[in-house]
Amino acid sequence: MARVGIIGIGHGVFGRRSDATVQELAFEAFRLAVEDAGLSRDEIDASVIGSVPEYHKQRSLAGVVQEYLGLNPKPTWLTEVACASGSAAIRTAWMAIRSGVHRVVAVIGCQKMTELSTPEILALMGRVGEVQWESIFGTTFPAYYAMFANRHMHEFGTTREQLSQVAVKNHYYGARNPVALFRKEVTLEKAGASEDVSSPLQVFDCCANADGAACVILADEARARHAPKEPVWLDGMGCATASMSVLRRPDLVGLPSATEAAAQAYRMAEVGPNDIQVADVHDCFTIAEIMAYEDLGFCAKGEGGRFIADRRPYIGGKVAVNVDGGLKAKGHPIGATGVSMTCEIVKQLRGEAGERQVPEAKIGLTHNVGGIGQYCFVQVLRKD
Amino acid sequence: MFRWFGAVNFSPYTKVGDFAQHLRDGRLMASRCSRCGATSFPPRADCAACMSGEFEFVPLSGRASLQTYTKITAAPTGFEKLAPYVVGVADLEEGGRLLAWIGETIAEKEIAIGMKLQVVPRLFEELEEIKVYYTLERPGTSWSVVER
Repeated sequence: MARVGIIGIGHGVFGRRSDATVQELAFEAFRLAVEDAGLSRDEIDASVIGSVPEYHKQRSLAGVVQEYLGLNPKPTWLTEVACASGSAAIRTAWMAIRSGVHRVVAVIGCQKMTELSTPEILALMGRVGEVQWESIFGTTFPAYYAMFANRHMHEFGTTREQLSQVAVKNHYYGARNPVALFRKEVTLEKAGASEDVSSPLQVFDCCANADGAACVILADEARARHAPKEPVWLDGMGCATASMSVLRRPDLVGLPSATEAAAQAYRMAEVGPNDIQVADVHDCFTIAEIMAYEDLGFCAKGEGGRFIADRRPYIGGKVAVNVDGGLKAKGHPIGATGVSMTCEIVKQLRGEAGERQVPEAKIGLTHNVGGIGQYCFVQVLRKD
Repeated sequence: MFRWFGAVNFSPYTKVGDFAQHLRDGRLMASRCSRCGATSFPPRADCAACMSGEFEFVPLSGRASLQTYTKITAAPTGFEKLAPYVVGVADLEEGGRLLAWIGETIAEKEIAIGMKLQVVPRLFEELEEIKVYYTLERPGTSWSVVER
């Protein structure tokens, strides 16, 4: 079957970007990706925008981005599946190319979050729980992951310290990533003694709301082979869902959508979890990364806590996880995050990751979760 | 009158709206499919198993056990004054799950996953308009002994 290659990547600086509109953020990432791909803009057949519309005053965001990028009259559309909107945009572009409709598609994940206050964001994000039966009790987004954490601790003996160890790792690598929001290491002591958000989760267990954009340019196999840089191939593309409500999940210690999406991606790419050398996983909370180790098969169910305690997800361990800092240190502009993950893995497979380079990386993975696991996208990426 | 359900209600109109009247009268109800008999909590009008749109309400005992919980310190808009509060997910004895606040009959230090619970229908007494909800309480707590 025809392959789809990534020929260009661009990543803006994540953070409180009070200097720019969302389309200006999109342009930063797009400009870098176009230069990276050695393309002229005319060669782009379409764009797909990954973003969550509720955060922006501008209605129908794709239109304003398309105009600002100078891509009219080429088609564009928006994809939305909460925090997985970016990976949904990549999947949509991949489908468009696989189907033969388009040859070259630009995918832009972009989000401005910090124009809203933290309680407003907590309210908005909390409503990714089921509003009819859950949100009426003032549930928040961290509260759901906190409940996963308590259950995980109860069933498997995962510890408070192991949660903090995830934060320590991600800040260690985030300090080495020039586009990260937090470029500072934290100690285990500090990470475990921050303010409560939703027990057992504290401030240092939570990723930060941020503004930012990332862009990848996809092309069909023939075009990709003529790109100036060696393409990175989207060889495994998994995508699955789980119930909106946690009240209808089989258990509360993992994300069934992630397990299913990973199985699809591994099967399509004809690889297994032991083949993955570098991964960007959705660590919106520290417990989410621990569950991801398990859901992706990097370790057995229940062993995620020990996996981080034994430093297995560090460079030089079993598989390097979130060595760009993850959502935790890099920041989480929700629509941009999935695209940012793919950018990082492309960088790693090209050998362009600088001091956080995973040696000899040939096969990488992204794991982008929407909401509290209602949606999950897993990509296996490979360099020939 | 589903708008009665919750201090802040986000979905006032639903085919299972009578749930709130039952709750006001002290009954916790599940839905049961009139065709295949599948029951659901939370209630749903349309059967997930056989796709029938015919259902009836059936009462639940409210007996449950604690699946998981969290104490929310950082509250969303509309709930700031209530914070901190503890929410729990309870596995209902007759099947299904429910999310609610853990009520005043259970001290915070007593909260433990797996503990037995009673779901108790409640009214916000201090509000003039009818606002109903339920809490997770110590087994044996009846809806008439908590402030109603």
